[in-house]
Amino acid sequence: MLLKITTFRPAVSILQCSVAQKLVAVCCAAALRPPSISHRYPGFISELNHRLYSTMDKKEHPKSIVLPETINVFRNLTNAKRFAIDIGGSLTKIAYYSTLQYRRANYSVDKESSSPSEEHNYELSESARLHFVKFETKYIEHCLNFVKANLVGSKDIMMGKIIKATGGGAYKYASLIQEKLGLSVEKEDEMGCLSKGCNFLLKNISDEAFTYHRHGNPEYEFQNADPNIFPYMLVNIGSGVSILKVTSEDSYERIGGTATGGGTFWGLGTLLTKAKGFDELLELAEVGDHRNTDMLVRDIYGADYKAHGLDSELLASAFGKVCDSAKKGQTLNFNEADVARSLLFTISNDIGQIASLYAMMHNLKKVYFGGYFLRNHPLTMHTVSFAINYWSKGQVQSLFLRHEGYLGAIGAFLKGTEQDGEDYSWAENYAGSSALDPQPAVWIDSLKDDPYCVSQLELDRDVQRTFCPLLSNPAQYIPDTVDLNADHEARTYWLDCFESTIDKFVDAAVASQADDETAVERATHFKEKYIKRLQHLRNHPFAYGNLTVRSLLETIQHYMKEFDFPDPYISVKQSENEASLSQLQSRLEYLDSLPFPQQYKEIVVGMLAGNMFDWGAKAIVDIMKSEEFGLTEAVRKIPDRPWVIDDLDVWIERLQGPPHQQAAIFIDNSGVDIILGILPFSRFLLLRGTKVMLCANSEPALNDVTFKELEVILNQAGMICPKIREALDEKRLIAMETAQIGPCLDLSRLDSKLAKAMINVDLLVIEGMGRTVHSNLNADFTCESLRVAVIKNKWLAQRLGGDMFAAVFKYRPPMLKKEGAIE
Amino acid sequence: MIFLRYVVRSYSHNRSRKSGPLCIFRFNASVFHGKGMPWFGMDIGGTLTKCAYFETKSANPDLHHQETELIKIVKKYFKENPRKGVAGQADIRLQMDNVSIGGRTGSVHFIRFPTSLMDDFFAIAKKHQLGKFISALGATGGGAYKFEERFATELNIKFAKFDEMDTLLNGMRLVVKMNRPKEVYYWYNPHPDEQNCNPPQEKDHLSRKEYDLNDPYPFVLVNIGSGVSILAVYGPHNYKRISGSSLGGGTFLGLCCLLTGCTTFEEAIALAAKGDHRKVDKLVRDIYGGDYKKFGLPGDLVASSFGNMNLPDHRLNISKFDLARATLVTITNNIGNIALMWAVNLKISRVVFVGNFLRVNPISAKLLGHAMSFWSRGTLEALFLEHEVRCLLLHLLKHYIIGSS
Repeated sequence: MLLKITTFRPAVSILQCSVAQKLVAVCCAAALRPPSISHRYPGFISELNHRLYSTMDKKEHPKSIVLPETINVFRNLTNAKRFAIDIGGSLTKIAYYSTLQYRRANYSVDKESSSPSEEHNYELSESARLHFVKFETKYIEHCLNFVKANLVGSKDIMMGKIIKATGGGAYKYASLIQEKLGLSVEKEDEMGCLSKGCNFLLKNISDEAFTYHRHGNPEYEFQNADPNIFPYMLVNIGSGVSILKVTSEDSYERIGGTATGGGTFWGLGTLLTKAKGFDELLELAEVGDHRNTDMLVRDIYGADYKAHGLDSELLASAFGKVCDSAKKGQTLNFNEADVARSLLFTISNDIGQIASLYAMMHNLKKVYFGGYFLRNHPLTMHTVSFAINYWSKGQVQSLFLRHEGYLGAIGAFLKGTEQDGEDYSWAENYAGSSALDPQPAVWIDSLKDDPYCVSQLELDRDVQRTFCPLLSNPAQYIPDTVDLNADHEARTYWLDCFESTIDKFVDAAVASQADDETAVERATHFKEKYIKRLQHLRNHPFAYGNLTVRSLLETIQHYMKEFDFPDPYISVKQSENEASLSQLQSRLEYLDSLPFPQQYKEIVVGMLAGNMFDWGAKAIVDIMKSEEFGLTEAVRKIPDRPWVIDDLDVWIERLQGPPHQQAAIFIDNSGVDIILGILPFSRFLLLRGTKVMLCANSEPALNDVTFKELEVILNQAGMICPKIREALDEKRLIAMETAQIGPCLDLSRLDSKLAKAMINVDLLVIEGMGRTVHSNLNADFTCESLRVAVIKNKWLAQRLGGDMFAAVFKYRPPMLKKEGAIE
Repeated sequence: MIFLRYVVRSYSHNRSRKSGPLCIFRFNASVFHGKGMPWFGMDIGGTLTKCAYFETKSANPDLHHQETELIKIVKKYFKENPRKGVAGQADIRLQMDNVSIGGRTGSVHFIRFPTSLMDDFFAIAKKHQLGKFISALGATGGGAYKFEERFATELNIKFAKFDEMDTLLNGMRLVVKMNRPKEVYYWYNPHPDEQNCNPPQEKDHLSRKEYDLNDPYPFVLVNIGSGVSILAVYGPHNYKRISGSSLGGGTFLGLCCLLTGCTTFEEAIALAAKGDHRKVDKLVRDIYGGDYKKFGLPGDLVASSFGNMNLPDHRLNISKFDLARATLVTITNNIGNIALMWAVNLKISRVVFVGNFLRVNPISAKLLGHAMSFWSRGTLEALFLEHEVRCLLLHLLKHYIIGSS
């Protein structure tokens, strides 16, 4: 569907939601800026005010009122197509699949449209999203009512449709679901759903699994994407513990379990302390000292333990000290916190031992944990990790999942979609998903006065992605150069940097929709949400997986899309492309006139200079806004050789050898970069007899060239240069899309079509700061590789031993393929 | 003939500070053998200190008379106060008569008291100048390390330390030999087919059968004291400690004290005998409505120990008996699970359970016996000893006696 609309109301985003969602959105907005918004939703505001004031009347301390988080629960519910539910003993997870429409800016070179900045074509496209909402099972009826009330067309539409249900409660609540939603309930085996859900998360979600190191740096160490996830062991710690061995996509086996699980902790904890609920028990455990109740090795062996080779702090008998006091006739007066902690240690330690025994019995090295017992609670993860490590003598790795709570729901959902599940990849939407947090999932009906907190996960459907076939060691591939989770200095720098440059993005976003009256408001929301996210990341850098420059940039893209700014830089890109195209002819002529080896060098310098034109870099934006800045000026800013990484001589030497068969070039910015830097380089390769594949982002990111734009640019360039025209016609020069959405490059998640096309590539060229410095700087490839970039950030340049506008020109010969590589 | 009076003030189990009946031990410090020392062995564990002493028939009729009088008093006392929460107890039942050690014949007596009362022991031992009569004793257990210096400085008694695991294994061999064929037994299920569809839990109709442990090796030895030690035993001197667990007898008793207010192991076991764990635990059928057939899990199987206790209405319907039973079942099942996995891992088909936890505790023994056979589909045998842990002391004594004479 292609629509030409000049003033377009946002199709999705928080502004077009169901009534109840609006209420949520308005609550949040009202909390921040009530006057500016109240006139638009008078009804809701008066209700909100009424509730607020009545609350204030009732309670003496109005200051203590906490307004809801800016999080929209059950987003996009109105379009829900399919449901699945996982009802556990304590938590219930609802999964639903919905389609949503969003705008895509349409890049066109239609000369008819006089003012390109205001009249862009927008293409309305539809995408699919998986939503997961988690809440306490005791609120299941409230939630079902909520779902019922917000579904389009109510019960009748759902009649005859199926909801997949799993979890222990699937039996208990089947009739309730049937009655409330009119869906017929189909029960799915819990274990099957868990293994399926775990496979799905490990395959699709970046940084899903992590090891936990209390007091370590980093505290959370995320596992890199691995093409071979099987076999593994899945330990699901619910009320009891089930242990599964998963050997492939469809095969798993329940190899054992134990009745000492989360329910034992909760049940005994309830009997032994006054804690109300699971989370309070964990809070107690956090402050307790188990040494007051447990008998340690030193209590038995005294100071002489070392002679026996046992650590004095080792647990000898859980709760072993209690009976001492009992026998002495003392009143049993144990601190509840100590008891809670002892209980947590006892259960975690026991599960850890049993799990590691099963892992050793079945020769499995990786153990993933799921189930409500963990809830990403640091102390619990610590005790379980410690136990696994201790009992397996370091042979078994304990891994936790960021979305462990959703395993069953995901699996149940996939059971209903098995026919089309394999054809797509899914990616976490950073804008709509909750952070990794030991958060209690509590749903309080919105009619009550209490604030609520529901955690959720949103996954966007994507084209099928896979590993780049040229990686020499895909199992060890980490896209990002710096892990901001571990590197405190870099983290502080980049978070500050993003916070201080966010206004530039906001300005660009507003400018791109100057004629839309809602643009300012949406841009303001965008900024507030992004700043809030940055603040959260300062204290919780692990909240969304590895914190990297790449993830920070992608988060911007997610928010931009969420607030309906599909492509803020489209006009900039368009005018720059046109200006550069007009210089292409003379640039090519100039390069052709140069003798060897100056020509080779000048082509490289042209690429470097072109890479300066980056609207994501503050330093360049300032220059571009203040002065006339073209290729010539940019060339002058390139530092003298040797560059910070300088393999130019090796490269020139290599060029005297046989030509490459096929080159894949991952391109960066629009304008001078692609047209005056990359195109002449490509043309040079083509003339040598090398086929060239230009790889561009699928989605807009800053002023990076998108695949659609690239096709247009190549066409235009073909009109200027006959050699390019010829290569295009003969398909020796082709454009490909990468499935990337940000200015960095994750070669473990490439569009599978591109990956397939790349198999015979013998020269890989990656261009741009995001793609070669923030990511892939240290990656090894099985073919020759070039990495070309100018570092437009002084801090980063200095870190690499250079200065502002440091140039990177890295050439590497092929590396051997390592174990675990994909054939 | 020297008698050591060991006086312990014990308290009635309502946990008030009011003192209960006085408990008097008279340690029979016989001075028969050449060096003028009685033969004492002590196994000082985390929770309990177990003592054994060897009483030989005296050649001197007067001394013999005095001695038998004393033993009578002790026996009388314990017979009259078997369940009064006394702090120290003699295991009369397990007295072994006509034992021949080091060429002498006599009786071995067993006494135990809580290790937490070691201070009282020292006070009494000092008062009666125990060190004058005993200059050394055979000691094992963690306390052999912990208290060695105190015994030496305060009482002038040296420890002849014995490795706990060595002693345990040798003692086991000794006791099996001496007490054959009564010593080793297992729980026999007369209707195995019928039972296999039911969950592994304590069954009244299980009957106890003697087991001839003629060729014992290899076997897995599970010693359940305060904690649990697991040994793989391949031969008389070929064994290794392979694992352990901190969920043992100490955990059972500790949790029971907290949950029911009981103060002794005997009390806790007595409570458990009257309870029903199924009210406390969440069973497979509570979740799946019946058996979880896909994985062969019977409906009555415990899915989550104490899993019902976070629910208020379930908490209203339970007694302290049920809680004690659930605690016992939880700990026992857990030990069984770990023991089973080790046996499977090591490909050993016999598992011998010993330790104080199994004393006066047929519930756990039956449960272990049944569970091992159920989960291994009859390929594993769970064996028990009549003298649970005392075999250790016996060997200790023997070794010590032979070594010192």
